[in-house]
Amino acid sequence: MSKDNQILEQFTSKEYEHGWSVDYEADESATGLNEDIIKWISAKKEEPLWLLEWRLKAYRSWEAMTEPEWANVHYPKLDFQSIKYYSAPKQDAKPKSLDEVDPELLQIYERLGISLKEQKKLQGIAVDVVLDSVSVGTTFKESLSKLGIIFCSFSEAVNEHPELVKKYLGSVVPYTDNYYAALNSAVFSDGSFCYIPKGVRCPMELSTYFRINAANTGQFERTLIIAEDDSYVSYLEGCTAPQRDEHQLHAAVVEIYAAKNAEVKYSTVQNWFPGDKEGKGGIYNFVTKRGICAGDYAKISWTQVETGSAITWKYPSCILKGDHSIGEFYSVAVTNNYQQADTGTKMIHIGKNTKSRIVSKGISAGKSQNSYRGQVQVMKRSSNAVNFSQCDSLLMGNQCGAHTFPYIDIQNPSAKVEHEATTSKIGEDQIFYCNQRGIATEDAVALIVNGYAKEVLNQLPMEFAVEAQKLLALTLEGSVG
Amino acid sequence: MLSIKNLHASVEGTPILKGIDLEVKAGEIHAIMGPNGSGKSTLASVLAGREEYEVTEGSVSFKGRDLLELSPEDRAREGLFLAFQYPVEIPGVSSTNFLRTAVNQVREYRGQEPLDAVKFLSLMKEKMKLVEMDQKLLSRSLNEGFSGGEKKRNEIFQLAMLEPTLSILDETDSGLDIDALRVVANGVNQLKSPNNATVVVTHYQRLLDHIIPDFVHVIFEGRIVKSGPKELALELEEKGYDWIKDEVAGHTV
Repeated sequence: MSKDNQILEQFTSKEYEHGWSVDYEADESATGLNEDIIKWISAKKEEPLWLLEWRLKAYRSWEAMTEPEWANVHYPKLDFQSIKYYSAPKQDAKPKSLDEVDPELLQIYERLGISLKEQKKLQGIAVDVVLDSVSVGTTFKESLSKLGIIFCSFSEAVNEHPELVKKYLGSVVPYTDNYYAALNSAVFSDGSFCYIPKGVRCPMELSTYFRINAANTGQFERTLIIAEDDSYVSYLEGCTAPQRDEHQLHAAVVEIYAAKNAEVKYSTVQNWFPGDKEGKGGIYNFVTKRGICAGDYAKISWTQVETGSAITWKYPSCILKGDHSIGEFYSVAVTNNYQQADTGTKMIHIGKNTKSRIVSKGISAGKSQNSYRGQVQVMKRSSNAVNFSQCDSLLMGNQCGAHTFPYIDIQNPSAKVEHEATTSKIGEDQIFYCNQRGIATEDAVALIVNGYAKEVLNQLPMEFAVEAQKLLALTLEGSVG
Repeated sequence: MLSIKNLHASVEGTPILKGIDLEVKAGEIHAIMGPNGSGKSTLASVLAGREEYEVTEGSVSFKGRDLLELSPEDRAREGLFLAFQYPVEIPGVSSTNFLRTAVNQVREYRGQEPLDAVKFLSLMKEKMKLVEMDQKLLSRSLNEGFSGGEKKRNEIFQLAMLEPTLSILDETDSGLDIDALRVVANGVNQLKSPNNATVVVTHYQRLLDHIIPDFVHVIFEGRIVKSGPKELALELEEKGYDWIKDEVAGHTV
């Protein structure tokens, strides 16, 4: 249909609003990767010996691995020796509080609409911000610590709470897990650490904001969240990067440990630079996220809105080890222009009476490819496991692709597993109907897409949901005329 | 208000409308009748600005403006409303949310302040009564899982909310039982004023028992071949469309 094509062409005129970068003096590692670089990073961060050894073991196992090729994404092989693995803004001394952080760095975040001043408290969100390889500041540390909550940068946790880091680091995602997790384990530079003690309900949303600024640098952050018995935390993650012609690698690891009756909600709005209209540049977002419901009645819920990155390779997963534990995965993945996304989840049922729910909404426009890949595994001893999966794809135009790869492995006959999948197209009829009621085409698309993604957006905390709605509309802006 | 002159339109190169002339004045109700495939619904779609219909000749002026120059949304904002024969479903978007977007975009175009949530809800409550609309339907996804009757009722409800100057009802009676038909017609009648006009496109006479037209026009093969008072509709009901076809054939032979 001619109109569809017209719609499509206009669709691709959207520009990335966070594409700017700032020049600051940086402390960088030499380019490339070897044991000396890892020792250099570890020394730079004044790490204990056990951590350096752990990194080196990770590096050696990475060296023995090969890059995974099973995902439905296509790109020229990465040259891991041309990447800088550490870049940090130079600061004279380690800032002790946000007041001592270089105002120029804080301005970067102001410009992104993230206030690091404590007034932010009004919105009930505590923020840790990570710029390139290091955390530049964390808000509300003191008020949270009164409740026994630890929320700080990963580096700080290594120094101040080594027993916790030592116990949990790699316990959910071991460095042998996969190629990118091994790489991250070897070179990770910073990230966020969060510990919620027994019986504490975290009174505010905790959030980390990741920003890549430097060129030719990879970002390898590590997040570790530990929720003790009967605790609750809701965690948010946001990310942006400057517009650059070359691709940049982002290989993060997130580990969540939920003890008995603990609940962790992890929400992501991922808006890394997606590359330009011709597919030039953009972030390779190769991320491993996994949580374990270690105790009975634990619950982990992943919600993600993926709009950025040239390539996304990401499967936030739940290991349901505790009896009656619950895992959830809610995802909206939007791809436009030449973006490629291969994303989904794994639900591993080990405990009895465990439940999982998967709701995945893919939206493809332009010449993009969008794949859902999900695994539901029910182990032998997991009796009465229940899974419900729903995977919907929405296509805009006729040059994009949507794919679904469900894997189901059931070893216990009492399991109840349901899988539903639909594929639909934004209809010219729907748009015309909206037009006929006085609604402009751009707004009609936003309305239709948000309606389609509603079930997932509803899972996000309020402030984030509004942001995400705007972001969805923005990602698809200009695609319909 | 609406002046159509020698309108020709085609779909994918096939001419459907072959010279329509029609004048609609404020305060009037016009019925457009005709056998299947005569071009009734095409006329409605062309007026609303549906893309796949290409206007090849003629002109349409609406409130003194060249209607054909306007985008579909601007036609709507100028006060042209089409009650669809097959209203589409939009999953995940509630009728309330949809209508609020529509009403406020129309208001913005007309230089009016947007309605806040409270004012909007009270306006909805008032208009719901007109078509005996069930409030539950309004929080559900637009038209999704609605029965045929509910969809048509929802169209008239939207009409009431948007207060157009020209309403075109495209086969609004199709698929309605007699009670729903009465409710829909009742809504349309209550919305009638000296300032607005209605064009009712229908195949059957029965809707016209409830919405009494001032004029009846018969379309056949893309032209209006006969116009008359409301009695013409009854005559058509009684005799069918064949005598019109014969008449047309007689003229051309």
